[in-house]
Amino acid sequence: MGKFTVLAGVLLGSALLSSTAMAQTELSLWYHGAGNEVEAKIIGQIVSDFNASQSDWAVKLESFPQAAYNDSVVAGALAGNLPDILDVDGPVMPNWAWSGYLQPLTIDEAKIADFLPGTKGIWDGKLYSIGLWDAAVAMVTRKSTLEELGLRTPTVDAPWTKDEFMAALDAAKASGKFEFAFDPGMAWTGEWYPYAFSPFLQSFGGDIIDRTSYTTAEGVLNGDAALEFGAWWQSLFTEGYSPLAQDPADRDSGFANGKYAFSWNGNWAALGALTAFDDAIFLPAPDFGNGPKIGAASWQFGVSAKSEHPEGASAFIAFALQDKYLTAFSDGIGLIPPTPASAAASINYKAGGPMEAFYELSAKQALLRPATPGYVVAAKVFEKALADIANGADVGETLDAAVDEIDADIEKNGNYGF
Amino acid sequence: MAAIQSDNHGLRLFVRYAVLTLIAVIFIFPLIFMLMSSLKPDQQLLTDTESLRAFLPVGDISLDNYFAAFRRAPVGLFVFNSVLVTGLTVLLSLAVCSLAAFAFVFIDWRGRELLLTLILATLIVPFETIAIPLLLISANLPWIGLEGITRGWLNSYQVQIVPFIADGLTIFLFVQYFKDLPGELIEAARVEGASWGQVYRKVVMPLAGPVLATAAILKFLAMYNQYLWPLMVVQQEAYRPVMVGLQYFFQLNRAWGEIMAYLSLITVPVLAFYLFLQRAFIASIASTGIKG
Repeated sequence: MGKFTVLAGVLLGSALLSSTAMAQTELSLWYHGAGNEVEAKIIGQIVSDFNASQSDWAVKLESFPQAAYNDSVVAGALAGNLPDILDVDGPVMPNWAWSGYLQPLTIDEAKIADFLPGTKGIWDGKLYSIGLWDAAVAMVTRKSTLEELGLRTPTVDAPWTKDEFMAALDAAKASGKFEFAFDPGMAWTGEWYPYAFSPFLQSFGGDIIDRTSYTTAEGVLNGDAALEFGAWWQSLFTEGYSPLAQDPADRDSGFANGKYAFSWNGNWAALGALTAFDDAIFLPAPDFGNGPKIGAASWQFGVSAKSEHPEGASAFIAFALQDKYLTAFSDGIGLIPPTPASAAASINYKAGGPMEAFYELSAKQALLRPATPGYVVAAKVFEKALADIANGADVGETLDAAVDEIDADIEKNGNYGF
Repeated sequence: MAAIQSDNHGLRLFVRYAVLTLIAVIFIFPLIFMLMSSLKPDQQLLTDTESLRAFLPVGDISLDNYFAAFRRAPVGLFVFNSVLVTGLTVLLSLAVCSLAAFAFVFIDWRGRELLLTLILATLIVPFETIAIPLLLISANLPWIGLEGITRGWLNSYQVQIVPFIADGLTIFLFVQYFKDLPGELIEAARVEGASWGQVYRKVVMPLAGPVLATAAILKFLAMYNQYLWPLMVVQQEAYRPVMVGLQYFFQLNRAWGEIMAYLSLITVPVLAFYLFLQRAFIASIASTGIKG
């Protein structure tokens, strides 16, 4: 074979390769996981696999640090600079859809039929986003603590009642072994408040917004059930069950250091608890009268309203829903796999796995935060109200003021389309 | 009598140094805590916060947090971006603002008092109030680069530099300093036939060392600590500065040691810049009488 033939072959091959590359339309993807090595590796692998699996689309990933992500997206939307695909925190999704940042997601519904409810971003009757994992909160403690305090081990089917829970806190307090009986996580602010604490309110029978109309908080955030919840919440601090001010370091390591008997914490902290104590267990939320509740919905993928290639964006999202990726995220960063198959294949959530309890909690106790564009404002109002009540503000007045503020925002925004 | 006075002097000196040392310790302890913590594993770091060990290089000491910080984020790139953006902004700001102040103080022109008042009035306008209009403008501005004329400044260095070149505070500092310069110097130069440009370059600026240092340090700190604006206008990692980069370390399970290592690394340029200009900065404060 002459040099000319070889050269011609190389040129032809290059031309073919470049024409293949040229044929791929670029899709931009914004993701919130910058700074998390494991997460970056998995999302990078999905993008790489997708790009190699077909010749129509080439996804280009741009990662943002989570704490800066929402503000970056809002600024991007203002400047007309949104990507094709973006991920969105579940409770924020309705606001972004209502604001025109997202368009409905067109993927085969059969593909997500067995996904946990918390992973499906549905608003106004349409699917806008889908998550590759869910997150859950549980009452973390130790078997030895339950035994020493003579407490019944609650189960998903038979959780503690309010009286049992308060008796458990009393027993922990009376033992003198702990600085505080219960660590709700006061060092964390922002979305932690509605995510972690509004399920308590819902278990009392109240809510952040009236879900029958989504146009008011009147009666649910300041009704009898909410007042009872508020009084209980305040008593956690006035009665000395929980620390009002908490150092972030204590939130991270207080339970492991034996400062707290019970810690209300997420599945993302579960591996740390298991590392600290081999008898750490994860208990379901107490039932305050209207069933035990925990929060649901984590980060999900959606297609931006600006995308000129929603079919390509949807194809990428559908590709990412493969069980092997769902399991990889779970194994990598401890998240709850959204399907039975991915859970069964995971290290932590398979039958007998150390965090198996969280999957069951997500499946049976999870309640989505109110799916309304007004949630983002209501969540901040709820956070401030709870902080004020914890600091001693009058429960009734504070909740009434919160209702007024939420209702004013809803009215100002034309009931957010409801 | 003389002996008593001497004793009093010694006592006063001792008390003065004791107080100064205490103040210095208060200011330096956070830095020591940051540096020491950056050398410790998380568990030890958190435990040590409950004692004076937090300020000592004791226990399991290593550079692991620094290596981990470099693995988690492109620290070098972020520092480079911040130093580049900050450095260019400081240089351009000193040139533009000193020229503006020169015109306000030495050249007689109609409306200068009114314009100076308007510029100074911008000092009470928080950046947040103009951020969104500025974003919308920046997103549509044209730019001539290697790719020809493009539209939109998002994801670039210029969008982080240009809006901050001129500012009321820096102009105010130069105006105040120039007002205190002897008018005879300027008049003599003009009588000798010097142009305004020559007066600026050869008479005024050679005397402006202290205010240059003050303005440079204040501008450096403001620019190096930029967070909101780059968050809004930079979506690509390639242009991200250090403060947005800090958010890479605030994951659900926070790696405190890595955070301290990152903070130690990004503090180095600030300390180096301050130490470089420290003498002129202090001279400026002493001469302009803006002591805290």
